[in-house]
Amino acid sequence: MNEVRVGVFVCHCGTNIGGFLDVPGLAKYALSLPHVVFAKDNQYTCSEAGLTEIKNAVAENKLNRVVVASCTPRTHEPLFRSTCKEAGLNPYLFQFVNIRDQCSWVHMHETGRATEKAKALIRMGVARAVLLEPLEETEVDVNPCALVIGGGIAGMTCALSLASRGFEVKLIEKENRLGGILSSLYKLYPTHENASNLVQAKAKKIEKNPKIEVLTSSEVKELKGFVGNYDVTVKHGEKERLFKAGVIVVATGAEEFKPVGMYGYDGETVITQMELERIFKEGKLNADTVVMIQCVGSRNEKRAYCSKVCCPTALKNAMLIKEANPDSQVFVLYRDMVTQGTIYEDYYGKARETGITFIKYSPERQPVLENKSVRVYDELLGEELSLPYDLVVLSTPMIARNDARDLAQKLKVPVDENGFFLEAHVKLRPVDFATDGIYMCGCAHWPANGSESISQAYGAASRASIPMSVGHVKTEPLIPVVNEDECSGCSLCEMTCPFNAIRVEETEKGRKAKVIAASCKGCGACGAGCPQMAITMRHFTDEQLLAQVVALAEVAP
Amino acid sequence: MEEKPKAVLVIGGGIAGIQAALDLGDMGIKVHLVERKPSIGGRMAQLDKTFPTNDCSICILAPKLADCFRHPNITLHTLSEVKDVTGQVGDFSVKLRKYARFVDEKKCVNCGDCAAKCPVKVPDEFDMRLRKREAIYPYYLQGVPAVMAIDRENCLYLTRGVCRICEKFCTREAIDFEQKDTDITLHVGAIIVATGFDPYDPSGIPQYGYKRYRNVIVSLEYERLICASGPTGGHLLRLSDNKPAEKIAFVQCVGSRDLKNNRYCSSVCCMHATKEAMLAYEHNPKVKSYIFYMDLRAAGKGFQEYIARGEREYNISYVRGRVAKITEDHDENPIIWYEETQSSKTKKTTVDLTVLATSLMPRRGVQELAKVLGVELDEYNFFETDPLNPLDTTRPGIFVCGCCREPTDIPESVAQASGASERAAETVMR
Repeated sequence: MNEVRVGVFVCHCGTNIGGFLDVPGLAKYALSLPHVVFAKDNQYTCSEAGLTEIKNAVAENKLNRVVVASCTPRTHEPLFRSTCKEAGLNPYLFQFVNIRDQCSWVHMHETGRATEKAKALIRMGVARAVLLEPLEETEVDVNPCALVIGGGIAGMTCALSLASRGFEVKLIEKENRLGGILSSLYKLYPTHENASNLVQAKAKKIEKNPKIEVLTSSEVKELKGFVGNYDVTVKHGEKERLFKAGVIVVATGAEEFKPVGMYGYDGETVITQMELERIFKEGKLNADTVVMIQCVGSRNEKRAYCSKVCCPTALKNAMLIKEANPDSQVFVLYRDMVTQGTIYEDYYGKARETGITFIKYSPERQPVLENKSVRVYDELLGEELSLPYDLVVLSTPMIARNDARDLAQKLKVPVDENGFFLEAHVKLRPVDFATDGIYMCGCAHWPANGSESISQAYGAASRASIPMSVGHVKTEPLIPVVNEDECSGCSLCEMTCPFNAIRVEETEKGRKAKVIAASCKGCGACGAGCPQMAITMRHFTDEQLLAQVVALAEVAP
Repeated sequence: MEEKPKAVLVIGGGIAGIQAALDLGDMGIKVHLVERKPSIGGRMAQLDKTFPTNDCSICILAPKLADCFRHPNITLHTLSEVKDVTGQVGDFSVKLRKYARFVDEKKCVNCGDCAAKCPVKVPDEFDMRLRKREAIYPYYLQGVPAVMAIDRENCLYLTRGVCRICEKFCTREAIDFEQKDTDITLHVGAIIVATGFDPYDPSGIPQYGYKRYRNVIVSLEYERLICASGPTGGHLLRLSDNKPAEKIAFVQCVGSRDLKNNRYCSSVCCMHATKEAMLAYEHNPKVKSYIFYMDLRAAGKGFQEYIARGEREYNISYVRGRVAKITEDHDENPIIWYEETQSSKTKKTTVDLTVLATSLMPRRGVQELAKVLGVELDEYNFFETDPLNPLDTTRPGIFVCGCCREPTDIPESVAQASGASERAAETVMR
């Protein structure tokens, strides 16, 4: 091995560091450390002048490790790494030492001791730098074909969008036709256009699109591979089909909760909103007095969440009843009217104007059905009412499909405590899974109306198109390596990995863990958990980290 | 292969605009991201934490800011405004006015030596005017680009021709009073509008006493007060006497669901009030919060559970009732007068601090922008969309996402931003 030659650059960062620490003293100290052959302080290491100085020093002093002691890797590591690259050095032979955020800023009243701490930080950085190894990024090709699972409004929209971008799409639907939950609906709020119009328009476009292949009465049987290179087995009746896909979009929707055993639910005089939709479609509504009860089976101890779509749905259906029969009486028993945004507050107002009666009840005093009437305590009036009815409609929540967990297992993606698919980040990655190459949209993620499902479908299409547009994915070089001689094939790493990036496979030497570079994020969970110590994290090896600890414990020379 | 796709213009550098730009950039499409302010980040950068996970807002936003800044396909235009748009879908010409920063972005390293010497003190807009800043200033600490800007309205040299002290103390010679406003023309195939929201000014509801009473503040002021990088270093202190606030009232639907102001529901306030009350309790477990609401709207993922946790673990009481008026006692303690719907009784309660959950409204200047873009606004001046084409404006090739189309929380804004970028990509890659 060549001689290790470390160069250390200590930054004043204007007065941010220089105003509190003895920066020239730190550079002088660095020069006294083992393997350090060059050290210098700069006013701003990140300025053009500072970067040029690094490049010149690498050439003139034959440096093969660079340490910068300055601000934070969060903002500046990419810059210094690329400077190393420009200097002809592997960028992973660069070591950052944070003496600003973690030293001068937090110890600004203790110049002497803070300078000593900075010395220790630099000593640790140099100790690790000596052991750094060059690493290479590699690329994996991405198959420009998307698998969209679910042929409802979300899946159809997503498929059409991806196809219009020029990608091949396989659209898989479990039922024998496209449409999903919209096929069961009569009209859509807030426009009151027929749901079937929308479904037919989309289905027709899909039929005509040569880029989209639709497989109805089909479901995913098995999935292998990783981002860019998935092998999908689809079951279609007795037959099986195999094809390759680069990315996957989950758009499997949700289903209506059936309130069996609640409020005398019988599917005839006590029905759900979805059953009411079917009656509308068949034109068979025959009821003069209708009582709707909101939050049936939701916002309770068993199912805590609000399903979001039920309030506007009740408003819509109540208005449709009044429209068809102005003499009818419609009561909506609610807890909180959830009509959010710019449209639905007016929609609620419109419903009030049509003469629908809204009664607020509290969860402590639930409505009761007895003798062909609903007894309810009106919170606003402060009195108990008895409402005779011809029909009771229960607004029940959308719940995760009962096959969602099964699909999640096949795709190795997580679901939340309610069985809905779990996104990578609640705030900032709402349509991504943590696993690269898999995305979601519509009610599979959470109850959503048509408009939201469509927005999310375009969102998922955008995210899914990124690896396909680029044509390849870069693999993270900071990934683990498995020592097959030590690996016992216990699968603990596979269970721990949040990204499906390590898998135990059958090899000539028996069952051994294998890292899927394209999916790995380098988090280190597998390495930390391996009972055999068979997994080494590149760039964060035990030797490198221990060298830092030892350097910390050393007394300054 | 076919010729290179046209670039896309994204107007607005908040979380929605940032996400749209990143998606397009990652697809290999060139993006021009335009922001009026000196740094990108938008409203999300002003928030302390975010519901329902209580993630620190700037901590999760900052990496996206850096990604935007470094992205080879994204060109940032801060301090810039769209002045004219001609052409049509697939082929727009956009006239962009780039206002002078008077600081060389390449030379400035945000060290702050200049601001330390600047003699001017004016209210800081980012901190909701709760703190003073200088005429040369960073828009906010973690802002991107991380460089200073000179505020031409208040700089002594630019207004009266004397001073230039910043220039003398800048060791990097980054101050440049020779900079001029310039107009440039961009050629783009599609446009995404993501201009966000402004909070409603509750001075329009005199019975709530905003600006008359120092301990009646609005939500965004509260966010800055409780934020560690805010004017009080994150200590929740009353503006009247710097005493800690321990009994806090949150008044919902201020300017929303109100026939005299905005009829619509602002969607996010039930949740952010809950978050704000939780944060107060986390800072000081003696805090008791009351949230006065009409309907609790907690329909997103994990939202209802969040409210339940607030009640159970954070000493929050939800009181159903519209607040009629707010008065004040001799110690400047706000008194909340309300009708409690459960008992139909008029009640009052005295608190240390009152936070008004003000309505989300379209940004000032949105009407001029709509005119320039040639698109329709709805009756509230949000960008008009069709429920089944939710990301398309009324003009082909111009798309919209986030709070400028309707009050929207962060996850939905981000999903819409990705969606709008998809619609734009469909247009330019055709």
